[in-house]
Amino acid sequence: MPALSLHPSYVFSLRSEPLLPDAPSRLLPSVFIFFTRTSRPLRVSTREPDFTEEYRNGVVNGRVAGAGTPGREDPLPEGLRRESMPRHVAVIMDGNRRWARARGMPVGSGYEAGLRSLRRVVELCCRWGIRVLTVFAFSSDNWVRPKVGFLFLFVRDIRVSLIGDSTKLPKALQELIESVEETTKNNSRLHLVVAVSYSGQYDIVQACQSIALKVKDGHIEPEDINESLIEKELQTNIARLSHPDLLIRTSGELRLSNFFLWQLAYTELFFVESHWPDFGEPDFIEALRCFRQRHRRYGGQDP
Amino acid sequence: MDKGSSSHETQRFGSFGSFLRRCIISILSTAPIPNHIAFIMDGNRRYCKRKNLMEGAGHRVGFLALMAMLRYCYELGVKCVTVYAFSIDNFKRRPEEVQSLMELMQEKIEGLIKEESIVNHYGIRVYFIGNLKLLSKPVRLAAEKAMVATASNSRAVLSICIAYTSTDEIVHAVQESCQEKWDEIRELNASGAGYGLIELDGNRREEGEHYIGVTDIEKHMYMAVVPDPDIIIRASGETRLSNFLLWQSAYCLLYSPSVLWPEIGFQHLVWAVLEFQRNYFYLKEKKKA
Repeated sequence: MPALSLHPSYVFSLRSEPLLPDAPSRLLPSVFIFFTRTSRPLRVSTREPDFTEEYRNGVVNGRVAGAGTPGREDPLPEGLRRESMPRHVAVIMDGNRRWARARGMPVGSGYEAGLRSLRRVVELCCRWGIRVLTVFAFSSDNWVRPKVGFLFLFVRDIRVSLIGDSTKLPKALQELIESVEETTKNNSRLHLVVAVSYSGQYDIVQACQSIALKVKDGHIEPEDINESLIEKELQTNIARLSHPDLLIRTSGELRLSNFFLWQLAYTELFFVESHWPDFGEPDFIEALRCFRQRHRRYGGQDP
Repeated sequence: MDKGSSSHETQRFGSFGSFLRRCIISILSTAPIPNHIAFIMDGNRRYCKRKNLMEGAGHRVGFLALMAMLRYCYELGVKCVTVYAFSIDNFKRRPEEVQSLMELMQEKIEGLIKEESIVNHYGIRVYFIGNLKLLSKPVRLAAEKAMVATASNSRAVLSICIAYTSTDEIVHAVQESCQEKWDEIRELNASGAGYGLIELDGNRREEGEHYIGVTDIEKHMYMAVVPDPDIIIRASGETRLSNFLLWQSAYCLLYSPSVLWPEIGFQHLVWAVLEFQRNYFYLKEKKKA
């Protein structure tokens, strides 16, 4: 079987067909390849791809071979103070398609621009000492399926985790994700949690179902059920700081769209008009400045 | 004579305001009206400080603002209104403030069931939503009495969240679901019809074989008596939910005007409804999905 050429229109997807309108239809999964500063382009064949082999060739001890060492935290921009920075930021990355449509570009360009925006925000979080970044893309947005390109993240000592429903992904990709999670689990600069096919209501339901089974098996009584038991069963329990301090949603939509629900009980919400591909350092600084000015009382006294 | 003419002026101004409001409502009514609006009444204490009022007076002024907003909502045709009156977290405040709030709530709850109150005027059924066992006895009794007294009203619904947090509501729903299932299985087994259901341990991924499911949990939520809110409005400019309706807010519009609660007015409600109407069809499709 001939190897696929490095055609940028091949996009990894759940369905075994490319997502971009100008690409030919194929029955086999194909791989989105983009070039980073440190990684080399990867070739894959049209047989069921063996990502793990490629991945192992390119990664040593959780770092891309030849990558630099992570730097210390940078000084913060004007108006921000380290003690009032959020430790966990969550982002709803909305607006890639609208961004592309507004420019008369194909939807795939919106996804590419969205990925660039994600990389920018990941870099900024690393520089400014944010410990956890959770990113959410809608289940209809296929661009954020963990891609081989996430390898670039390992340059910066980032731990990667996936939450949501990975069962619909191809087996090879599920194995790759597990491998990535395992390899990066000791990285400590930033914990990047990628929410794919994630439903806030389903997360609560599955946590409650796990607890209900414990009741059925006689390990606990119904009256022993409390908030911390439910917390431990939520998918977000993989992150040490599971509740975001700040949630940012782009594209001006003023709602949560079934993203985090339980976890957002006391989260500061920040809605920004610009679409995700346009979300950059100035917008992020603005969100962090607003966060700094919020008075978080948690229902109690004024400080 | 001056006082008489100035009160006459106030009356005429009030009538004109009411007429203007009815005109705006009839324009808004040409598009879908939200079925359920929820309010987080934030900013009473800041209002009190800003106006140099006596401590606790901010909450009384806040109550007047609530009555006005209820009136506007029901005139607009909104069927359900929910308000976040007192969070379980608010018990952390100074005991004197908590006590004064409890007394205010008892006084106002008792006022609700009087003949001339807004509740009877608009035919509103009142629910008190939350962990009522945490309330002092007089407040709890007043709440239960009000729920019974308004049980036959059916034109609209007012849900007052008191001693409430969303996470507590979910915990309670899971406890009730587990208890209900446990009782069901014990009964079936006792009657010999259980076929050892207690030992059921099939493929747990199948919805039907889960011990509890989403419908069990939703059935036992305190808020199961009303549909999910279409809009949550939080006053005072703070943009967070503070553990209010987390489950129910999955697809709801969130609006946080920077006005303090005692100063909220009809114009803020109009803005929220216009925003809701702008997003109406998008939200409807999302809910179906």
